[in-house]
Amino acid sequence: MRKRKDMLWYILFVLPLTIVFTSVVIIPFVMGIGYSFFSWDGMPLNPKIYIGLDNYIKLFNDQRFIISALHTVYYTILAVVLINLLGFAFALIATSKLKLRNLGRTMLFMPYLIGGLILGYIWKFIFSDLLRAIGEMTGWTHIFYNWLTDPDLALVAIVIVSTWQMAGYVMIIYITGIQSIPEDVIEAGKVDGAGFWRLLFHIKLPMIMQSITICLFLTLSMSFKIFDVNFSLTGGGPSNATEMFAMNIYNEIFSLNNYGYGQAKAMIFFVIVAIITLVQVAITKKKEVSM
Amino acid sequence: MKKIMKVFAEVGFIFLCIMYLSPVYIVVTNAFKNRAELYENMLALPNNIHFTYFAEAMEKMNIINAFKNSFIVTSASLFVIVILASMAAWMIVRVNNTFSKILFMTFVATMLIPFQTLMMPLMQVMSWISKTTGLPLINSLSGLVYMNLGFGASMAVFLYHGFIKAIPKSLEEAAVIDGCNKFRVFWKIVFPLLKPVTVTVMILDMIWIWNDFLLPSLVLSDKQLRTIPLSTASFFGQFTIQWNMAMAGLLLAIAPIIIFYIVTQKYIIKGVASGALK
Repeated sequence: MRKRKDMLWYILFVLPLTIVFTSVVIIPFVMGIGYSFFSWDGMPLNPKIYIGLDNYIKLFNDQRFIISALHTVYYTILAVVLINLLGFAFALIATSKLKLRNLGRTMLFMPYLIGGLILGYIWKFIFSDLLRAIGEMTGWTHIFYNWLTDPDLALVAIVIVSTWQMAGYVMIIYITGIQSIPEDVIEAGKVDGAGFWRLLFHIKLPMIMQSITICLFLTLSMSFKIFDVNFSLTGGGPSNATEMFAMNIYNEIFSLNNYGYGQAKAMIFFVIVAIITLVQVAITKKKEVSM
Repeated sequence: MKKIMKVFAEVGFIFLCIMYLSPVYIVVTNAFKNRAELYENMLALPNNIHFTYFAEAMEKMNIINAFKNSFIVTSASLFVIVILASMAAWMIVRVNNTFSKILFMTFVATMLIPFQTLMMPLMQVMSWISKTTGLPLINSLSGLVYMNLGFGASMAVFLYHGFIKAIPKSLEEAAVIDGCNKFRVFWKIVFPLLKPVTVTVMILDMIWIWNDFLLPSLVLSDKQLRTIPLSTASFFGQFTIQWNMAMAGLLLAIAPIIIFYIVTQKYIIKGVASGALK
């Protein structure tokens, strides 16, 4: 009797969330695997034609897709390096003895809250009109012109906007790491005559390896999945020169109406993101054991 | 001498932070200019403050309605995520059977799936459910809340799970002996103890849901249902060239979250820090 009652409580507590979660995540995921073997234009009345692995084979000859993947890799490397360098530098300043450090921390974190879509629009004005105006004012028109119309610089522009958005976020994680270093370790280093750089490279950095791993992989997977800034700042342009992975999938499905083929791309996207994250978990776990 | 250096460092540091936020300044200052004045000098403060573009942007973006929609979606989503995820996580920890283990593993494993992998089949499933059961899941705010709950479940259960494991069972057992049922035990004793995680979950999910663009853009097609990111995007589709009006619109779009941040910044930074480290 008591057992049955406990069972009912269990169901009452767990079932509602499980139903919603299953219908929003599990079923679409399983169906997504299925769709990737079909050719379909998304119209409910049109037939879905089973074509086996054809979608996946087609991927390897899709120039636009491969180029978008290369953009993503190129962008991700630049963004991860810049975000972490800047975020770490901010964290060092924000944990110094400055009296205004908390105010500074609050200000530096703010861009993260605004959200990629709106940030993209704000910077669109800066890269197109403000840069051009500065160019006209100073005469340096070879540096200050509309970057968003230049295929190479438009991608750099996306890197700058993401760095501006994310640096404050990783700063918060680095601050937590730096603050967890015992005060006496740093004092001992100082007594032994270590200067700023020695303290940084021989004490602070080795002590916060955990935070560094977290930040690297967090920025890695976020950069790899970038969509909002890509959408609002360049829209993938000029002429697809900044179209990245997530946007390529979006366009394939919702603009070109290749639902099955787009879903095959989305499955490949999932596999890559999963590998990145699993490697991260493995490395973080290993570090925990050795410490 | 040392004192002067100290003051210099403080001033330099804050100057750097202000420079870092200059894009926000550019939005604010140009939102009050007319077109001629904006192109005269984009960095200067406005000579005459024009509110006309504001009024126009407010009307074109239907900003009050967008704010209302964003507010409803965000608060309703946070409410259901916190309630259902904390309840489920508590049972999963306390009743440690095979089903609980599988369920928890599933929640954690699905955190790997990027949204783009789910978006197309999700729309098919949701419109199928809408058609067969009549539940308004497509093109309605409640449908968006339903999907936010599904997407937010994994991380919330994961965070609650970690916290609940560390709470001793003895408190709850005493209450059971006093004759409380599970429902009362959870809400009277357990849930209040979970407050730190609840705050973390709410902050992380608030930042995500308030700024979310792709999911709402797929779910909501009705103009009247647009959230702030959606109405900003459609506004930009029409008025990109009129930058002064666009700036007024952007200022309206970022104002709510910035004001909220200024009031609650301590909690937000703490919440983000503890959420990222899990």
